[in-house]
Amino acid sequence: MPDIDRIAEPWGTRTPYGPGETWPTRVDSHLAEGLTEADVDRWVQSATILHSNGDGLDIAVKDGEIVGVRGRAEDRVNHGRLGPKDLFGWQANKSPDRLTKPLIRRDGELVETDWDTAMDAVAGRAKELLAEQGPSAISFYTTGQLFLEEYYTLGLIAHGGIGTNHVDGNTRLCTATAAAALKESFGSDGQPGSYTDIDHADVIALFGHNMAETQTVLWTRILDRLAGPNPPQVICVDPRETPVARAATLHLAPRPGTNVMLMNALLHEVIANGWVDEEYVQAHAVGFAELEKRVADYPPELAAEICDVPVGQIREAARILGTAQRLMSSVLQGFYQSHQASAAATQVNNLHIIRGMLGKPGCGLLQMNGQPTAQNTRECGADGDLPAFRNWSNEQHVKDLAAVWNLDPMQIPHYSPPTHAMQMFRYAEEGSIRFMWVQATNPAVSLPELGRIREVLAQERLFLVVQDIFLSETAQLADVVLPAATWGEKTGTFTNVDRTVHLSDKAVEPPGEARPDLDIFIDFSRRMDLRDKDGQPLVKWDDPEGAFEGWKECTRGRPCDYTGMSYDKLRGGSGIQWPCNDEHPDGTERIYVDGQFWAAPDYCESYGRDLVTGAPLSPVEYRAMNPTGKAVLKAVEYLPPHEVPSQEFPFQLITGRTLYHFHTRTKTARAPQLQKAAPEVWVELSAGDAADRGWAEGDLLEVSTPRGRVAARLRISGIRPGVAFLPFHYGYWDEPAGHQPDGERGRAANELTITDWDPVSKQPLFKAAAARVERLAEGDGRPSAAPTTTASRPVTDGVPPTRGGPDAHSTEQFATVLGGAR
Amino acid sequence: MKLHLAIEELHRSEDHLATALLAASDRHKTDHEVFYVARDIARWSQDHVRRLSLIGQDFGLGLDPEPAGDPGLLETLRQRASEAVGRRPEPGMLMLADLRHIHREAAGVSLDWELLAQAAQGARKPELLELAQRCHPETLRQMRWANGKLKASATQVLVS
Repeated sequence: MPDIDRIAEPWGTRTPYGPGETWPTRVDSHLAEGLTEADVDRWVQSATILHSNGDGLDIAVKDGEIVGVRGRAEDRVNHGRLGPKDLFGWQANKSPDRLTKPLIRRDGELVETDWDTAMDAVAGRAKELLAEQGPSAISFYTTGQLFLEEYYTLGLIAHGGIGTNHVDGNTRLCTATAAAALKESFGSDGQPGSYTDIDHADVIALFGHNMAETQTVLWTRILDRLAGPNPPQVICVDPRETPVARAATLHLAPRPGTNVMLMNALLHEVIANGWVDEEYVQAHAVGFAELEKRVADYPPELAAEICDVPVGQIREAARILGTAQRLMSSVLQGFYQSHQASAAATQVNNLHIIRGMLGKPGCGLLQMNGQPTAQNTRECGADGDLPAFRNWSNEQHVKDLAAVWNLDPMQIPHYSPPTHAMQMFRYAEEGSIRFMWVQATNPAVSLPELGRIREVLAQERLFLVVQDIFLSETAQLADVVLPAATWGEKTGTFTNVDRTVHLSDKAVEPPGEARPDLDIFIDFSRRMDLRDKDGQPLVKWDDPEGAFEGWKECTRGRPCDYTGMSYDKLRGGSGIQWPCNDEHPDGTERIYVDGQFWAAPDYCESYGRDLVTGAPLSPVEYRAMNPTGKAVLKAVEYLPPHEVPSQEFPFQLITGRTLYHFHTRTKTARAPQLQKAAPEVWVELSAGDAADRGWAEGDLLEVSTPRGRVAARLRISGIRPGVAFLPFHYGYWDEPAGHQPDGERGRAANELTITDWDPVSKQPLFKAAAARVERLAEGDGRPSAAPTTTASRPVTDGVPPTRGGPDAHSTEQFATVLGGAR
Repeated sequence: MKLHLAIEELHRSEDHLATALLAASDRHKTDHEVFYVARDIARWSQDHVRRLSLIGQDFGLGLDPEPAGDPGLLETLRQRASEAVGRRPEPGMLMLADLRHIHREAAGVSLDWELLAQAAQGARKPELLELAQRCHPETLRQMRWANGKLKASATQVLVS
């Protein structure tokens, strides 16, 4: 079997294929040092957990321990492939510093305790506050990394049991805008696209989506198309020179904060040149006249000036998009975490609607997710929405949900939109939220303006519960820490961005006393004595499969219909795409076929919001606008960004991720190959900006904003002039001070970011700050530690390439002979 | 013809609304969405003030083209004060009062646009009607924002 360094070659070996052909299989695997497949006791089915792609894999088990992974050849998502984080990340499971016992704060110190003491403290405080203040004191901040069963149970407990409106996930930071944009255009969440659209597309457009680093296997699929006959044209919109930009037919690098201006100009050109599918628009959309009128004010010349992109590039991009036969688009954080996030993402939907590029092979639209189970956070209501895409402002939907849960509808809070994460922290800041239960996320590193967040979390008056697998920065501030089991140590399902549901079976026992998140929630519910309206226990299951069966009933007749699935059906074979029911027993590859949407006023998940103010539309307004449930074309004006560069803060600061890490590195820093590939923070500037100041690769710089300071070594990269980039992964848990900067300068990018969020999706804007950059010290000739394989590739000579070495060697097994007949 | 009176009144009420939005923004610097969105949509009123001043010339009016805008020092003081009380619950009540005030101001402006549009039609002044049709929807959006924000904030403020 061919052997390859997958740190040096993140996307592995090419298996070229042509349009309409099946993507060839390539099975990737990595086993612990010295082991071969013959040594493995058993393989346990699962899927990938360190990104959102949802690649099917099997976990190798030997002597009761995880010893490796292998991609599942039969899975529709990855055809056997795995990314570097999947190949090496599993090692974190058996890291010696896993939490193995509950901790409780005594005299200011976290000390080990037993589960009864810990859970009694949690339930006791919750009961006290319910009696004293009511449900408005209680909040839950969850994640995009638990399983479907856990989110559904959490949503039931929080909404149905406690009756609080304060439930959200860290998906607010990564995919809230995906959901919001889909609701605006199609009345409901649910991705129109399918990964197989890559097999058919003749144009692939990536808007603010560095797919090469965020979904490595999906990018591999595109690379294989690009290497094959009749490759698609690729358009990349990104201020950085990402691997996507380097592979693209056309790369537009707009000034951060100007996405709406660019999108409006592209739509302007598409409409002005008559590239609109008028028949489709007439039959299946509302709002075209208003869109046409609005984008008439945005000629390419204006956008060229505001976005600082050559006018010829805008025209050329519009021509490629406007004349595509099969257009596939994908959108991610470059849009979602920037100024006017939902407004910009919605314009990509508009492009697909006016071109009639929906519901057909190759005409996919993906509003991408960032985390493995983010889709479930949204579906199950753990992001505050009602489960199964029910509409909180539709009385009938609330009644229907109350019937499923056997509750009085008044028990389920639906008087206003759910409280989003940023607002929860605001309520905690002003003191009305007094109990916060954080699960599998690390706000003390991942939220904007960390100085403020640390102050909020450290308040005496806030009872903070943290449920995690490591003592994260956030856990260090907790009153009670609950040790959880993770992927491979518990059973559950999760769903990726193209609606593919995978089962992840338990492979090994969790360490020490760590418990599955589902068990912790059910324990809490029992201790709180939460009951339905007949006095029976509110949570009617005690294992994952029971929760899944409960969830299936909740989804009956809704867009994300799971009723046709079961654990048995998900075992063996490939993941299955929802909706899956009696009518579609094998799942559904494409939704929105023939212009049929889930947008009817009585059925839709949302009536939408004003794209500038975020004010929700009333049911009456929506019914008048869209009586028969067509797609909605929503026009929007460009607004100038809120924090603009000044003499004092001349750079635009954007943050983002690198291929080798996930979130705040809690798992990836504990996988040696990944940590070695990107061991410490860096800052990227363009060659021109560095030369103007006489700075060189490896110089130690200080990046500052009115909110904080970060020290990082310089990487001179292909980034847009005037823009500075910092990766957001680096916090303090592996530094002396533990949860905060040791001294006046930190290394977490979020020391610097601004507290501002999109008024529609409520997603924080991590790519919207103005910053000052100064040199602290000249380098010692050593380059910065940024990877060379990714968007941080140096543009200067003398930087040694990123290599994994012998430890990073993995195997690739090809189904057919390379270059042979396909 | 009392058209000029309608224009003059609208110019005054839009300017007042812009000022009210900016003042509310400054008072709630720690409620970040109110701080930013109120500023974003104050621009609409400021834009209306300029357009009304321009069209007012056709009716013999010499209206100030520059909206009142940010009051500088006062703005800074208000923002500092709002940060100082950011850890206390009382600003919640003040925010509800401010949103209620903005809704009422915007409702007044909305009616003024109705009046102007009616008059423009009666007097066959198409450019004036066009202005009303362009600006009035933004006033309605300002109202809906104040209403929506009030609705979303009221429960926590009042039951906690």
